[in-house]
Amino acid sequence: MNRADLKLIHEWVPQGAHILDLACGDGTLLDALARDKGVTGYGLEIDSEGITACVAKGVNVIEQNIDDGLANFDDQACDLVVMTQALQALRRPDRALDEMFRVADEAIITFPNFAYWRHRVHLGIRGYMPVSKSLPHAWYDTPNIHLSTFNDFEQLCRDKGLIIVDRAVGIGDHEGHWTSRLWPNLFGEIAIFRVTRG
Amino acid sequence: MPEIARDSVGLVTPQTAHFDDPLDLACGMTLPAYDLVYETYGTLNAERSNAVLICHALSGHHHAAGYHDAEERKPGWWDAHIGPGKSIDTERFFVVSLNNLGGCHGSTGPASLNPETGRLWGPEFPMMTVGDWVHSQARLADRLGIERFAAVIGGSLGGMQALQWSLSYPERVASAAVIAATPRLSAQNIAFNEVARQAIRSDPEFHDGWYAEHSAIPRRGLKLARMVGHITYLSADAMGHKFGRDLRSDEFNFGYGVEFQVESYLRYQGDTFSTSFDANTYLLMTKALDYFDPASLHDGDLAQALAPARCPFLVASFTTDWRFPPSRSRELVDALIRAGKPVSYANIDSRHGHDAFLMPEPRYQAVFAAFMSRVARDLGLEDSP
Repeated sequence: MNRADLKLIHEWVPQGAHILDLACGDGTLLDALARDKGVTGYGLEIDSEGITACVAKGVNVIEQNIDDGLANFDDQACDLVVMTQALQALRRPDRALDEMFRVADEAIITFPNFAYWRHRVHLGIRGYMPVSKSLPHAWYDTPNIHLSTFNDFEQLCRDKGLIIVDRAVGIGDHEGHWTSRLWPNLFGEIAIFRVTRG
Repeated sequence: MPEIARDSVGLVTPQTAHFDDPLDLACGMTLPAYDLVYETYGTLNAERSNAVLICHALSGHHHAAGYHDAEERKPGWWDAHIGPGKSIDTERFFVVSLNNLGGCHGSTGPASLNPETGRLWGPEFPMMTVGDWVHSQARLADRLGIERFAAVIGGSLGGMQALQWSLSYPERVASAAVIAATPRLSAQNIAFNEVARQAIRSDPEFHDGWYAEHSAIPRRGLKLARMVGHITYLSADAMGHKFGRDLRSDEFNFGYGVEFQVESYLRYQGDTFSTSFDANTYLLMTKALDYFDPASLHDGDLAQALAPARCPFLVASFTTDWRFPPSRSRELVDALIRAGKPVSYANIDSRHGHDAFLMPEPRYQAVFAAFMSRVARDLGLEDSP
């Protein structure tokens, strides 16, 4: 796995867990977790190439839009829900969180930080919507319709009575350089939150 | 026959397997002896681990790929997906495709001789269920020395058989692909089937199913049945795209002859079908569709009905299919998830309605081929990439 966030999630997911991977992409994470840790579960995806890649790997993938809810998964159906780089593209991220914590007690969530200092420079000084490695799209064709900051997310978790048990922040282009020290909302480009139901 | 393409299985010859051990059927009757006509493509490996069973739909048969002879105009009905390098790669898999019992393409059916009466079976041929077909297919597998299929695959009514295989013989199925199918017919589906049946049964040439003894064929009934069926196989969009409101001549005739192209097309489809398909077979196949409902034995709980299944599933639907729409495939997928079974689901964009399962469509082919390559890898039929 090349993506640093996936490497860290791989460490965090417990052995033999039954998980739901929302926006599972090409199934890299589920595939690695199945082989290395005996993890079972399903991935949801809407990208057709991602779905085909999952099927080729033998990863269980369901063509399903997270915005439509997770009604086909029972309460407490999984040990853990993973959602990487999708929160900001959802129609109602708050409702998605409700659904995630209905089907599991724990979730691992990653998303780009809109308050990252480079983004602030783009917007605050140059006056343009930020474009970066973590936010590569132009404002008019971006799937990211609900950008937020780490502070915003932590606030939402507090409002919902969710507890952030772990947090790591990725800085700049240095893959694997994760820290939670020193003003993460300013210096963190991508964060991984591990959240449980209060 | 057009020039044989490189990715065609080429010329194929149907074979017949005769069975003398009686087959007990869901309706309570027993078929004392029967024939199954089948074709095979590719080569069974030494371990006998690479066999794939193809199950056919309502009007299908054993001829799924290749050509019977140089005169044949069109290849088998699933030639788009079976052949060297195709989704079901015959260089890797040994493909078995049969005509189901009750059919009219060579396997024992209503047009066969009933040894007990000396008459043709006609309307007395026992009603078949999807479960009965699966049992008969298992006997064919025994005959061919296939203990376990690498995959059991089918579209529409064929998908129901693939699903039933995973429940009736879980230890004999390594994977199942259920395409454009449904775990049970809706009231609307049954209603369309009933219209088709009434069209046949009310044809004066039907003679209560003994038409063969009267040297008659209920052509008009079969034609109407097929016309109604055909409408449900196409999407409104596909029909609109193909025919629109095009007329055969420049202006209205103000009569009841063929005016619109779509009328001409439906009549042609109906006419062709009425001279090539057996009326009693059509009736029986529609009843098998109506009866299929694995959840019914479990108080309607499909997830519970799926408990015996052990294999990974591929479920695929097509966006414009209104006969068995994506929501029906989702019912199956959701029940498989509830039952904790391995399943992948793709809802493929196509304008071709229910018939899309028969056609080549890049995304359909990609997902299908990906599933089959995974099946091959799991069984060690190829080196892992």
